[in-house]
Amino acid sequence: MSELEKNPDTAAEELPPEALEDPLYFDPEPKEGAAAHIRSFPAAPEFQEALGYPGERPENWKEVVLDKMQDLRGKFRSFRLFLDICVKCGSCTDKCHYYMGTADPKNMPVGRQDLLRSVYRRYFTLPGKWFPSLVGARELTEEVLDEWYTYYFQCSECRRCSVYCPYGIDTAEITMAAREILDSVGVGMKYTNEIIGKVFKVGNNLGLPKPALESTLEDLEEEIEEDTGVKVRLPLDEPADILLVTPSADFFAEPHIDGLIGYAKVFHATGAKWTLSSYASEAANFAMFIGSYENMRRVALRIRKAAIDLGVKRIIIGECGHAWRAAYQFLNTLAGPFDFLDPNYPVPQHICEYTWDAIQQGKLRFNKEENDFYKMTFHDSCNVARASRMGDYPGGQFDIPRNIIKAVCNYYYDMPEGTIKEETLCCGGGGGLLTDDLMELRKKGGSPRMKALKHVAEEHGVNKMAAICAICKTQFSKIMPYFGFAMDDIMSVHQLVSNAIVLPGSIQEKELMEEEQEEKTPDAAE
Amino acid sequence: MSHGLQWQAGGNDGRMSIGFERVGESPVLTTLFALLYYVAFAIFAGGVAYRIWEYWNTPKPANIPTTPQPITRLGVAWRMFKEVVFFESLWKGNKWIWIFAQLFHASLWLILIRHARYFLDPVPTLVALAQPFGKYAGLTFVLGALGLLARRMFVPRVRYISSPSDYLMLLLFLGIGISGLSMTFVNHTDIVAVKAFMLGLMTFNWQPLPASLPLVVHLGLVALWMIIFPFSKLLHAPGIFFSPTRNMPDNPREKFHPVPWLPPVDQVEYDPPHGS
Ligand code: SF4
Ligand code: SF4
Repeated sequence: MSELEKNPDTAAEELPPEALEDPLYFDPEPKEGAAAHIRSFPAAPEFQEALGYPGERPENWKEVVLDKMQDLRGKFRSFRLFLDICVKCGSCTDKCHYYMGTADPKNMPVGRQDLLRSVYRRYFTLPGKWFPSLVGARELTEEVLDEWYTYYFQCSECRRCSVYCPYGIDTAEITMAAREILDSVGVGMKYTNEIIGKVFKVGNNLGLPKPALESTLEDLEEEIEEDTGVKVRLPLDEPADILLVTPSADFFAEPHIDGLIGYAKVFHATGAKWTLSSYASEAANFAMFIGSYENMRRVALRIRKAAIDLGVKRIIIGECGHAWRAAYQFLNTLAGPFDFLDPNYPVPQHICEYTWDAIQQGKLRFNKEENDFYKMTFHDSCNVARASRMGDYPGGQFDIPRNIIKAVCNYYYDMPEGTIKEETLCCGGGGGLLTDDLMELRKKGGSPRMKALKHVAEEHGVNKMAAICAICKTQFSKIMPYFGFAMDDIMSVHQLVSNAIVLPGSIQEKELMEEEQEEKTPDAAE
Repeated sequence: MSHGLQWQAGGNDGRMSIGFERVGESPVLTTLFALLYYVAFAIFAGGVAYRIWEYWNTPKPANIPTTPQPITRLGVAWRMFKEVVFFESLWKGNKWIWIFAQLFHASLWLILIRHARYFLDPVPTLVALAQPFGKYAGLTFVLGALGLLARRMFVPRVRYISSPSDYLMLLLFLGIGISGLSMTFVNHTDIVAVKAFMLGLMTFNWQPLPASLPLVVHLGLVALWMIIFPFSKLLHAPGIFFSPTRNMPDNPREKFHPVPWLPPVDQVEYDPPHGS
């Protein structure tokens, strides 16, 4: 029995059978306040101050909020335009996984926007000033601020709503602005803001200092040598051609670390001179989640500095969804131009682009049977799907990871239409919500994806799902057990690569050669 | 001035008639509507121009299209075309809203083209060709608006996000549509006189407005529509062309796109390494 069926607050209401099966099921009756109790822990003053925000809410907070709105409306066309032009058509209302999971109408994308739009209208538009009740405008009060904090930290900034909006209104942009406004009056979120502080101080989200990284990487080198008989290096702070920047979860979490081993093997097999950096030991950029360009830039600049100091020619980003967005859409913009790098390669590049290139050039050898236990599916991570690209054509971000999986696995099946590619469902933990204080929301928001997975599990016997996002991987390994899957049913794409790759001079290569010998001389084998 | 004379000539009985018959013209009504239309048009044109200027001048500090997005300008223009004409994203989102919205907007276009005959002399061929369709487009326009209204009233999610102004906007369109239809199908208005009035407005050579209730309602509501346009969600019409998730080519790696308010990268300070 899955969590969904056991869940007391849904089971009691005798949901229709499709609620348990249809990944895109939503409650036709919105339930006001159904998610109002789900609140993340607020940040302590010292963590706010480290990011340049006030530690406490100032006396004149209302003024500051309105000034900030005025400021944002002058700086971001998205903010101004999106607040103006929504026609309340309703197309987005059933598209948010948090609405599907909680039925709270303030989790409908337009409902979420309206929390801010109502105040914007009251203070920045004529109709809102003259006829507030006619246009749904409201005063800025303490309760409003509270509500913002609750519901703007129930959005994973996944952009699914933006796909279905006739004007492309992206609630993620509004959420980012709202979080920036909240931060400007000292109301921040503990999880995101503590982490950004760690990056400023140490260089990564986990606060791993250089010695810790060194010993982890050494352990990994030993492990790979034991498995393959080949000395594969994981260099740190060495002069090289390629700087690999990867989410720090890759250094210790499961299944992330198996992905890191995969990257190292691919670099080894292609003969690349590469390095990690202790200074820029984090691809994640949580400042994007709180909509702060200043802080986002401060994190991005670490990558620039590392690239200069290590004299590299290329920057490659490891498997992570929002990190790939932060790199793809923002790195050049915030920390560029990167004219000191090799102009023959895009800046930055995704590790999947690198691996797929190498596969196409015939530089990698695989034994797909190593992955024959697995019937795979692939979870498109929101930020990769809807806020970036891979390769040189639109939609390459969908094909390249699938191509890699198919190159290293014999069994691959897609989840149902409407839940993949640009319509992919969020894992439920993105956008800075990957914290235990939001566990209830994470389970509910993850349930549509879990139902989609159940579909292919039942139909095709799919038993593993691969992803290229550190947050997705952590989130799934945490929530999958509630839905009848095992913690390790989520895998890294490069973990599959790592399993199947046959390194020159490795034990695997020898075994393969022996097998081939036996096949060629069947009599001798008898 | 000449129009003074024409008032005398046209406004023979000098009183406004109420009823579906065209009983005459009233100088008061003509002046009122002439002035109303000048004001409404000024607010509409000035307001929309101002909004466009605002959107144009507000930075798009990063390249944030909702991907997959075309890489070239031409590709983006094609996506925008599909969005504006076929409501591509809405089609993906909700088929019912799409049907009613298409019915509503396509009819509106036909109606607007048909109405051009009141402003253009001689009437261009295209407008003449649209005449028979434009006539019935009024019906599908009302049907579309009713469909949208029904969704707003009866679908709980849509009801939740609707403000009074959202209903009023649809009622406004229904009022315009029904008053217009009644002049076409129920009680004919002297459209020759209406055309003379409109052309007169444009040439500052006022002509009398026929005083019939449906016409007064129709023209009054249209003027109201023009006045609220720049202050309301009707801005979606020019706004869509400025939407950063739809109108930017997907090229952040290929093209440097600096944030206008951040100092250039050679003037920044880097955080010191850990432990230093
Ligand atoms: S961005 Fe994603 S999480 Fe946020 S409102 Fe839109 S669909 Fe929901
Ligand atoms: S789809 Fe877009 S226009 Fe329609 S209600 Fe949602 S945000 Fe507003």
